[in-house]
Amino acid sequence: MLRTRPWVPYLYVAPAIGLLGLVFAYPIYKVADFSTRLIRGATGPRVGTLNYRLIFEDPTFREAVKHSALLLLAVPILLVISILASVLLYDRMRGWRIYRSVLFLPYILAVPVVGIVASYIFQLNGVLNSILRGLRLDGLAQNWIGSERLALWTVMIVIVWREVGFGIVLFLARLLSLSEEQLEAARIDGAGWWNRLRYVILPELRGTIEFYVVVAAITVLAWIFAYVYTLTAGGPGTSSIVYELYIYRQGFVNSLPGMASAAAVLLLGVTTVLITILMWVRARAREQEGLGA
Amino acid sequence: MIRSYVAVRQILLALAALLALYPVWFMISTAFKDERDYASSPYGFPWPLDFGNFREAVHGGAFATWFTNSVVLTVGAVILSTAFAALAAFAIARMSFRGRDLFLSINVALMVVPPVVMLIPLFIFFTQIGFVSTYHGVILIYAGLTLPFSVYLLANFFRSIPHELIESALTDGASNLRVLLAIVLPLSAPALVTLVVVNALWVWNELLIALVFLPEDSLRTLMVGVTVFQNRFTLNVPVTMAGMLLATAPMIVLYLFGQRFFIRGLTAGAVKG
Repeated sequence: MLRTRPWVPYLYVAPAIGLLGLVFAYPIYKVADFSTRLIRGATGPRVGTLNYRLIFEDPTFREAVKHSALLLLAVPILLVISILASVLLYDRMRGWRIYRSVLFLPYILAVPVVGIVASYIFQLNGVLNSILRGLRLDGLAQNWIGSERLALWTVMIVIVWREVGFGIVLFLARLLSLSEEQLEAARIDGAGWWNRLRYVILPELRGTIEFYVVVAAITVLAWIFAYVYTLTAGGPGTSSIVYELYIYRQGFVNSLPGMASAAAVLLLGVTTVLITILMWVRARAREQEGLGA
Repeated sequence: MIRSYVAVRQILLALAALLALYPVWFMISTAFKDERDYASSPYGFPWPLDFGNFREAVHGGAFATWFTNSVVLTVGAVILSTAFAALAAFAIARMSFRGRDLFLSINVALMVVPPVVMLIPLFIFFTQIGFVSTYHGVILIYAGLTLPFSVYLLANFFRSIPHELIESALTDGASNLRVLLAIVLPLSAPALVTLVVVNALWVWNELLIALVFLPEDSLRTLMVGVTVFQNRFTLNVPVTMAGMLLATAPMIVLYLFGQRFFIRGLTAGAVKG
């Protein structure tokens, strides 16, 4: 440690604290305050829990909650695909780096661009349907974006398509850091592919799995605005509206910042629970794996 | 047994690679087709290459304006975030003070707080102080949102720098700030590159903040621009794809040359710590 006068370290962290205060602390304090007021302009009279009651009575809010909850189904899908792909790659066969680069590429692309490109692939006369018709699978050619039944699932497919790259690289990094010996020993013992996965690999991945599940859940609940905005805009009707889009619309399209703030506070509550779990998982993983893990 | 595993693995991986690449290939190949070509063979190879879509996409100059705006915001936010993070991370890694561990934990927690939570109060506050529709307002937001990750990454890296290097500088009478600038930062070049790449990617690709805080046409970013673009050329798929390709090309090129920085940086929050 450097020897400094006691106030010097605070000088170094002050700019960061100031900026975090402006972008996180002050807005979070204010959003809680706004959620209890009837906002006109920059403030308004206190109305107690009115905004909360209004959002719970709002059918669109309920739709948004339901859809965001349904999208959580993407988490197990992401988990399974990521683990399988990383297990296929971890023994460094020829060309594994190329596969890693290719499978990670979607994660580099901007979500708005992904959403727009996907909207042309999935549209009624888009490429996907013409491929399906070309393969004589006309029954599978659907109105992916324009039908209320499918729009949300199309959004989910696109989310999985882009986000899975992160999971693959994450699990692969963990597997590559494991010792060869253990995995080799299991192979010599004659353990089959499934048994090796079940009894050797999965236990080693446990910490990473816990971390990934929490991060993926937070992503799906609260970081997918751009997918929905560019792909379906929440439609048709409200059939693919999600939580973030609801906050955005109430705040900036319908000019109801009080209701939007109430919804934001609830989202913050849910993410806080998930963040707490995440911190706990990390602390435990650190304990188990030692400092360098 | 082993042989069948290898065969199945090759098939699965080839299939996965095809699925990952197809939309990218669709974007690139369509961008080089003229409209008639696209209509007659949407999944064929684009030949002869047609550059007319790119001309039409950049026609009128709006595209160049959006591009410039994105560059200004990305450069500004990345510099600000890196500078503030370097100072804070230096104190966390190399000085002892009350609240140090708490501050680091807060940064870890803030990494996953969704921006949409802060959106409305920030917008109302920025309206009051005249920061909406300005570069500096949005640069502050982007720098702030990327700061927790920057602090976390740099603090971890600064801790790994050997003591002796810093000690020897101190015996030469260097000040703390001098140690940071002349010793720690140059030794941290790989971490700094990783950080810049990850933050630049995030800012470049961001939509929600840009949509709300920069609504004027002259201040739109590329990501907001492409959504406008989609509406304008909605029936002309090749021109839209040319626009999408132009918007992502800088990041794809960066990725092709500096992949390891992307892969290392984007998983840094997870594998370490």
